[in-house]
Amino acid sequence: MRHIISVLMENEPGALSRVVGLFSQRGYNIESLNVAPTEDSSLSRLTLTTVGDERTIEQITKQLNKLIDVVKLVDLTEGAHIERELMLVKVRATGAQRAEIKRCTDIFRGQIIDVGTSVYTLQITGTADKLDAFLEAVGDAAVLEVVRSGVSGVARGEKVLSL
Amino acid sequence: MEMLSGGEMVARALEDEGVEFIFGYPGGTVLHIYDALFQSGKVPHILVRHEQAATHAADGYARATGKTGVVLVTSGPGATNAITGIATAYMDSIPMVVLSGQVQSHLIGDDAFQETDMVGISRPIVKHSFLVKKTEDIPSTIKKAFYLASSGRPGPVVVDIPKDITNPTDKYEYIYPEKVKLRSYTPANRGHAGQIKKAVQLLLNAKRPVIYSGGGVVQGGGSELLTALARELNYPVTNTLMGLGGYPGTDRQFLGMLGMHGTYEANNAMHHSDVILAIGARFDDRVTNTPNKFCPTAKIIHIDIDPTTIAKTIDVDIPIVGPVESVLSDMLKQVKDRCAKTPALPDREALQSWWQQIDEWRENHGIYHSPRYDLDSGFIKPQQAIETLYRVTEGNAFVTSDVGQHQMFAAQYYRFNQPRRWINSGGLGTMGFGLPAAMGVKLAFPDADVACVTGEGSIQMCIQELSTCTQYKVPVKIINLNNGYLGMVKQWQDMQYSGRYAQSVYEDSLPDFIKLAEAYGHVGIKVEKLDDLEDAMKEAFSLKDRLVFMDIYVDRHEHVYPMHIAPNGSMRDMWLSKTERS
Repeated sequence: MRHIISVLMENEPGALSRVVGLFSQRGYNIESLNVAPTEDSSLSRLTLTTVGDERTIEQITKQLNKLIDVVKLVDLTEGAHIERELMLVKVRATGAQRAEIKRCTDIFRGQIIDVGTSVYTLQITGTADKLDAFLEAVGDAAVLEVVRSGVSGVARGEKVLSL
Repeated sequence: MEMLSGGEMVARALEDEGVEFIFGYPGGTVLHIYDALFQSGKVPHILVRHEQAATHAADGYARATGKTGVVLVTSGPGATNAITGIATAYMDSIPMVVLSGQVQSHLIGDDAFQETDMVGISRPIVKHSFLVKKTEDIPSTIKKAFYLASSGRPGPVVVDIPKDITNPTDKYEYIYPEKVKLRSYTPANRGHAGQIKKAVQLLLNAKRPVIYSGGGVVQGGGSELLTALARELNYPVTNTLMGLGGYPGTDRQFLGMLGMHGTYEANNAMHHSDVILAIGARFDDRVTNTPNKFCPTAKIIHIDIDPTTIAKTIDVDIPIVGPVESVLSDMLKQVKDRCAKTPALPDREALQSWWQQIDEWRENHGIYHSPRYDLDSGFIKPQQAIETLYRVTEGNAFVTSDVGQHQMFAAQYYRFNQPRRWINSGGLGTMGFGLPAAMGVKLAFPDADVACVTGEGSIQMCIQELSTCTQYKVPVKIINLNNGYLGMVKQWQDMQYSGRYAQSVYEDSLPDFIKLAEAYGHVGIKVEKLDDLEDAMKEAFSLKDRLVFMDIYVDRHEHVYPMHIAPNGSMRDMWLSKTERS
């Protein structure tokens, strides 16, 4: 099953490499990863998606917790949560295609953020599934470049991941 | 206010930490530190002949004393040479602080002379590591390193120090912190009371119990409590390779080691048990054999300081995360209370028939019941060499070992009654560990007998340390079980490769170890006949202030038994001899 694990860790050089290294060293998968500082400049928040059976996910969370740089973590998929991913897509847009792509982008509540004579750059946000669906709708032929941020997530309601 | 240079801070911090020995090797990037150590002269430094030996010596020191071993190496090759020893300490959870020099800060990343990314290269094999950026951070970083290395589940910590921050002319205020706290690091200091209660309930109602204890009991200072608990309950105890000495080896309740080369009675008791109390052990693949065939009828209680070891390979019924000492003390108290209130617990009748079964296993195939090797071969059997060592040292020696058949024979036939006496590379299986580890032990316990059980293969991996032993007068005894083969490799080749000895034979290439020992100023004793063995061994140990290299010619074709049948075997599936299976 797919899990979203969100990690608060020390904003120190080398901390990220310990997390990434752990995954390769122990043969765990990382499907996506994103990391950035938080409102507390001494902390970074890292969110990763991974796939594994219950035992593997339990080991992953334990092993992450064991890293000295990891302060706290939560498996968001254990409870109600919201996840978003941001995608920038550069597509070929000429002739009748221009209107069609515009319509499709509107349907997915995306935006055209750059316009060229034969190219649009689109921004779409949503769950990973939604982004996949958009790419399918636009079709491989039109897509020139795809940049995805990796999943970010947060628990629903009062629950927060903080110190 | 005291103003010190970075180099002086390192020297001073080690002194303030109460470090007894530094094992190391100088080089360009650590020269400022070495000069500061030289000038202060407070902490003795042992100059090894290869950085790998520095880590093993610090490791041996740590295993024998329980204190943190300290290593100081230079950047580049000095650092990479230390890697094997760091990995060895990591796999066996040994407290160690490794200080490595690094090229000057402004050169980092430029492929400077003797530059290597030590923090990167050691990352998967350390508990934690630091690259110190500022001179002012040296004292607190060293304090953190010692705290991390020795607390929770111990392990090696690397502190990488660029040369420029140790510059003798740049002085800063030196304050060595009394204590450090890390917000992200809070090892458990007690076990969960509810879990302990459940565990005691299960334990007391067992009909075929086994206590399976590992290195965590030795390192966590849990031996006395384990012994008290086992005796209170009259339950059988088996130890892992790392756990030997955690329970008295000659005690009636002791079943011997378990696992791949464990005893028949230990492996069978595990397989047929209904309750296993696992303490400070990690269900290593060398213990469990095939995981899905592991102890099919057992409910498992697992006590460990490290949550990641719990349910990693084998599911457990009652996990308890906490230091073995505190958990065992809580358990023992509850067991006593419960037994006093309910005299019917534990079930004595069930226990009696369990012991009867165990004694039957012992009689049939136990290595302590009667010799299971050929007594009339005309050769010195390696088992006999270890038994002789045991007799001559009256079971009181510190025994280090290398890796291979000799290691297993030592584990089986030297019966350790005390913790911290058996010092071997269990997890990583590092050949070359034995001699430097013995140096570390002997330096810590100069009056004790320290024997390095080795083979002609392993000893050559760190044999240069004979020179270190000369320089610092470290009179360890080397017990070389010489069979002219890489014995364990050969055993597997005999069993699985139809006796094709691919690269496991030395032919005529072995040195004359006696002359070699003598060349370094030591004593060499060659033993070729069984009749000479005991007297030669006595002579070796009577030479208290000399290093003696005993080159013992043993049966070239002996195998280590019992041996788990793998793959696809269970705990009870064993080879008992070259022809006999369980």
